[in-house]
Amino acid sequence: MKVAADLRFKTYLFLSMLVVFGPVGDLLMSKGMRAIGTAPSWAPAALLHYGFRVFSSPIVWLGTLAMIGFFISYTTVLTWADYSYVQPASALTYGVVALLGHYILGETVTPLRAFGIAVVCIGVMIIGNTSPRTTEPADAH
Amino acid sequence: MLIEVILLFCIVVVGTAGELCVTRAMKIIGEAKELHPVALMGTVARAFRVGWMWLGFAMMALAYFALLGMLARANVSYVIPLTSLSYVVGALGGRWFLGENVTHRRWIGVLLVCAGVVLVYFGKG
Repeated sequence: MKVAADLRFKTYLFLSMLVVFGPVGDLLMSKGMRAIGTAPSWAPAALLHYGFRVFSSPIVWLGTLAMIGFFISYTTVLTWADYSYVQPASALTYGVVALLGHYILGETVTPLRAFGIAVVCIGVMIIGNTSPRTTEPADAH
Repeated sequence: MLIEVILLFCIVVVGTAGELCVTRAMKIIGEAKELHPVALMGTVARAFRVGWMWLGFAMMALAYFALLGMLARANVSYVIPLTSLSYVVGALGGRWFLGENVTHRRWIGVLLVCAGVVLVYFGKG
């Protein structure tokens, strides 16, 4: 019983991390790259200078860290949880994107979009009530 | 039309198949017991010793380029809702490729997520 509860807890924990890290990474990368703008030309010196500007942006680095966090959370949860559980549950990112867009960027969330997010959440809740793992675990290394 | 069908196939089927291959690689290396960030990075690094991981990445890269190609040809309002079919392909792949038990309840959840994603997209202001 405790094993099942632990499995569910750590699955929820890592799903929460990935649905936050993914959209935050996208948002930061988007903000960082928009602030830098497009490359002025394809000349090697201009591209080198552009690359230096991209990699000297703290926002781009934060975005990259968030994306690494997303990747590690996603692949780690898949070591024990079903893909058919994790993949649809990760659709909660749509809700996080809408929240971030609304509260940070001041975007409007239309009633249809809010309804869509509610439908996604109901779907994820139904999936969340199934067992996160339905296959035999492999031996951990 | 044929090229669009091929591109859509690559996005939905090849892309999801790539994720399924990555999942298989993660299952082969076994359940992560240590949840410390450094240990987790080691777990992910170990997965790159498994061939399925590289195959999965190659397929996901192909799907990414197919998405770029599709977006160059068709409206994003047509492309993105169609990509929600990947949840159905994911459930089928989980069942047949990974041997997961996709119950009726999980199927209902998957279909609701598909419908919700389409609504979210069409509800963009």
